[in-house]
Amino acid sequence: MQQVRTRDAITYQILVAIFLLFVLLAIVVPLWRVVVTAFTPLEIYTRQGAPLFLSPTRWTAAAFQQLLGHPLFPRAMLNSMIITLSGTALSLILTIPLAYGLSSHTLPGRRVIMLLILFTFLFNPGLIPVYLLVVKMGLTNSFLAIILPPAVGVTNTLVMMRFFEGLPDELKEAARMDGANELQVLWHVVLPLSKPIMLTIGLFYSVYFWNEFFTPILYLTDRDLMPLPVLLRNILISASFNEYVEYDAFSTSALESLKSAAVLLTMLPMMLVYPWIQRYFTKGTLLGAVKE
Amino acid sequence: MQLLGAGIAKPVRTSGGYQPGRGTAFARAIWRHRWLYMLMAPTLLYFLIFRYGPLWNAQIAFKDFRPLLGVLGSPWTGLQNFEAFINSFYFDQLMGNTIFFSATKLLLGIPLAVVLALALHETWFARYRTVVQTMAYLPHFLSWVVMYGVMLTILSPNNGLINQVIESLGGDPIPFMRSPDWFRQVVVVSDLWKETGWSTILYLAALLAISPHLYEAATVDGASHLQRIWHISLPGIIPVVVLVTLLRLGHILEAGFNQIFVLYSVPVYSVGDILDTWVYRQGVLQFQFSLATAVGLFKGAVGLILIVVANRVSKRITELPLF
Repeated sequence: MQQVRTRDAITYQILVAIFLLFVLLAIVVPLWRVVVTAFTPLEIYTRQGAPLFLSPTRWTAAAFQQLLGHPLFPRAMLNSMIITLSGTALSLILTIPLAYGLSSHTLPGRRVIMLLILFTFLFNPGLIPVYLLVVKMGLTNSFLAIILPPAVGVTNTLVMMRFFEGLPDELKEAARMDGANELQVLWHVVLPLSKPIMLTIGLFYSVYFWNEFFTPILYLTDRDLMPLPVLLRNILISASFNEYVEYDAFSTSALESLKSAAVLLTMLPMMLVYPWIQRYFTKGTLLGAVKE
Repeated sequence: MQLLGAGIAKPVRTSGGYQPGRGTAFARAIWRHRWLYMLMAPTLLYFLIFRYGPLWNAQIAFKDFRPLLGVLGSPWTGLQNFEAFINSFYFDQLMGNTIFFSATKLLLGIPLAVVLALALHETWFARYRTVVQTMAYLPHFLSWVVMYGVMLTILSPNNGLINQVIESLGGDPIPFMRSPDWFRQVVVVSDLWKETGWSTILYLAALLAISPHLYEAATVDGASHLQRIWHISLPGIIPVVVLVTLLRLGHILEAGFNQIFVLYSVPVYSVGDILDTWVYRQGVLQFQFSLATAVGLFKGAVGLILIVVANRVSKRITELPLF
């Protein structure tokens, strides 16, 4: 856009910038607060609570050491990793073939399959029928109860299907002419061309599995299977705090510091991949919403 | 522009043109696609078990389900569970809370997102815009458990930022999350904090699709900043606003289960309990499986009708289907 720098325009730009600054502060201040609370030494916290600013020399990682010193925390991290990795792998393995099959418009029965899948997207019978199914199948206290029921997302399948539809037919036809079967066409021709969509949909699934806490609460009663968000929830609810963290009169950190440190440790893996997540989620969400 | 699941209306092309051999041509088409069916088989099995299995179980809404008798063996009771729910005193409360949360999040969320998208689009400072966008999108990726932890550092009566300010001004700390007077505000504002940034991306995409020439022409004609927004930017994003509004109206009974589940507690049930949280407590914790399933089914049926109607309306107004 042509920028005409009149005085009027500059005043306007400053107003817009101030509005955006308010938005920025509204997001950053609470997150900053979590960081400072987690690193505040006990003696400062007992005197004045979490300060707005903490002198750089006073930062302490005691809360993190105390948390990671309890065997439950590393265990929960491992559980979350297992759930996220295996869940994402399973989801992709099940989503890709369906999306690929539906992208072939000559497939007999395509319409019926499409209708049956869309119906499950539009009509949701609620929590209890799924709960009874999972319990009946004996999946309680197994990670399968977490990763199987939500394994294939209808929207994700349709977004991927549309991507496959957009690939040039000539490449697939050429491979078929050379005698490749559909599995070989998918593996050698389609998938190598589909890295962006695999990454996008894979990230959608992994963020879901990393953040999921309700189904683990529902189906996992064994403490050793607890994933990170569930442990975090138990730590945040003060009533049951002592069961999950060593905390007594000799604690080297304040209760609130331990809670904030647990929040940060739960966020950490997500923050490490956030640049990729942001880029691919934006693309994927637009793909799902704007249908060319 | 097409819908998700486009091509559903397209006829199945059977190969082989001549009429008498249609059956065999169809069989040959199936045979030719045998690899594709085999590839899809595990996923179709998944849908059968995990999507249609629950639909089968949902029949217990019309039964008096006893775990020992099983889904099939439990006696039918007709619409008794639905009547019990609709006539009960908690029906009004649950529906009221559910619709209150959805409607408020919708009415405040969309204008706020539109204003933020406009501001991001208007600013000249590209790097500043990227920084604001990156931070504003971030909370969308946090789970509600993490959100709860963040909110504690702001709202907790023990050294929460707001309560520190209140106390330094000589007031008494307010237990925001456990107070029936404050819980609803906490739910709505925390949802806005988490999702507004992310929901700008659709509006930003629509704004970027507007031709820069329109703005230039308007500037040459002497249009003010507000006139340009009013006459060019807003008309450009109105179709997206309509689309998002309809989609969210279609999901009006989804008030945010994960959020309420993490944030609520017994003292705020009267102002915070929604259909989904009630279904969870009645079904899983109180073993009222049939009653809870009936409520879930009621919600599913209303949801289905609403989304289909919203889709029709969307096609008529914006010529875009929702799904």
